[in-house]
Amino acid sequence: MKTSAAAQPLKNRTSFMQTVRNSFTMAYRGLLKIKRTPEQLFDVTLQPIIFTLMFTYIFGGAISGDVQSYLPVIIPGILVQTVITTSVVTGTQLREDMDKGVFDRFKSLPIARIAPLAGALLADTIRYTIATALTFTMGYIMGYRPDGGFEYVVLASLAVIGCSWALSWIFAFFGVIARTASSVQGISMLVLFPLTFLSNAFVPVETMPDWLQWFAKVNPVSHLITAVRDMTNSGTVGWDLGITLIGAAVIVAVFAPLTVRAYMRRT
Amino acid sequence: MRNNNRSYEPNNGDWAVEANGLVKIFGDNKAVDGVDLKVKTGSIYGVLGPNGAGKTTTIRMLATLLRPDAGSARIFGHDVVKESQIVRQLIGVTGQYASVDEGLSATENLIIFSRLLGLDRSEAKKKAADLLEEFGLTEAAKRPLKNFSGGMRRRLDLAASLIAQPPLIFLDEPTTGLDPRTRTQMWETIRRLVKTGSTVLLTTQYLDEADQLADRIAVIDLGHVVAEGTVDELKASVGTSSLHLRVQDAKDIALTRSLIEKVLQVQTSVSSEASRITAPMRDADLVTDLLIALRAEGIHLAEMSVQKPTLDEVFLTITGEGAREEAQQQVEGLEQSNKKAVGVRG
Repeated sequence: MKTSAAAQPLKNRTSFMQTVRNSFTMAYRGLLKIKRTPEQLFDVTLQPIIFTLMFTYIFGGAISGDVQSYLPVIIPGILVQTVITTSVVTGTQLREDMDKGVFDRFKSLPIARIAPLAGALLADTIRYTIATALTFTMGYIMGYRPDGGFEYVVLASLAVIGCSWALSWIFAFFGVIARTASSVQGISMLVLFPLTFLSNAFVPVETMPDWLQWFAKVNPVSHLITAVRDMTNSGTVGWDLGITLIGAAVIVAVFAPLTVRAYMRRT
Repeated sequence: MRNNNRSYEPNNGDWAVEANGLVKIFGDNKAVDGVDLKVKTGSIYGVLGPNGAGKTTTIRMLATLLRPDAGSARIFGHDVVKESQIVRQLIGVTGQYASVDEGLSATENLIIFSRLLGLDRSEAKKKAADLLEEFGLTEAAKRPLKNFSGGMRRRLDLAASLIAQPPLIFLDEPTTGLDPRTRTQMWETIRRLVKTGSTVLLTTQYLDEADQLADRIAVIDLGHVVAEGTVDELKASVGTSSLHLRVQDAKDIALTRSLIEKVLQVQTSVSSEASRITAPMRDADLVTDLLIALRAEGIHLAEMSVQKPTLDEVFLTITGEGAREEAQQQVEGLEQSNKKAVGVRG
């Protein structure tokens, strides 16, 4: 894009290309902020390490007989749980950010309305990437050797990061409509805990009571975890991945416009 | 010097801003209650009023940050609601609270805004460097804004508004909270802006500031425009300077007043609390005559000053007639706090 601002004719609409460009600039801003305050990354670095260690050694013997045979079950589970939990921070940070004066300027600029939000969410994928890499690394150190091979681990990582990004639109929506950052945290956790724990992340669904089995089986988080297990442990891509990606797309399709509208109304 | 190369066609003659009956209601509070404004292209227009008068809300509506509840506004002929994205290409906004990114450095801020406005990487870098240079911020360019003084922040904020060289710039209380020196610097910057062809709409609480900068002024109170005109017109409506006197011995007050009335040929008044005598004064030269007369009578002064009309006086004079009474029934409580606020700013 070589055109300078001066040469552009006046249009009342933002083109798709401009929307993408604006979003990437806003993502760049998010990255700069992370660079300036690296302590923001504490949670995504510590949580994978601690959770992976804790859950593997606590549940390993009870569920799979020994830690080694539990690893293929728990690593995908903990991966999805950790990365999705990380996406909550998107909402709280957005809330804090929006209270600052700079958002006034973003609103007064002739940029795509969605860009400040999309950019913030895009920058957060760096957090998911860190959490993903650390979880797999912890697993590897503890003896996890995914049979699917490295390519499928990467593919699974991308799926998890993509789904978390999609899910973060829900938390972004809370972030935009909530009054304070701590209330965003509160609501989000309320959504998150049932979603991540009432799933097949830690235990086989068959051990649950019937009514809970029903929920654990329809829970999209379960589908994502199953998809990740398929990929990392056997190198296969199944229907679970398809259904997860469709679910992710639906979330974005619903929550992205909702969030932008709420953002526009809140001034 | 920048030149105004943004292409825009003011298809409605030469009005940069045309607002008709703008209304904004927050809950029960009519923050803006039917504001009409017309700003000529290439001029500096001042919106003067106390805290809570509706200045910021008006600007926010004109700058597409708030949707008006009633009325309409056009920027160079483009409707702020229907053609908001076009309007945003024609304006720069500098808010009351610096709208820059606290967590980033000055350069990073300007580069991000430049990139958002469509400049490519190298153009953005150059633009940021140029603006920092122009606003005397080059030395602090790399420091995080947390360590910036209020004046530096404002200048950066203004610099950010000028990236796209918008033909219309909104400045919301650009000098509130600045020390006198930075304030003067800010004024110079604003004047320079207009010389390059930009139109400026600024709000201020200080008559002094409007006086220094604005070609025309609207005085706004309780969400209404209560007076509009050139600086001279407004001042004329208040009278010129006024003379303030205090005598050492309270017994002399009556004699002093009659002397003033004789020498200056005007009515005087005495404020009860400090027994201060006040008189309007058209010709400063007559003060010499008055002082000689006082000395001849053996009256000793405790204090003497000549003051230009302040916002207090302009404001109270203008709002004292008509508009205020009508508004008074509606917002009694708010009115009280306004008056207090005005009183404090001497």
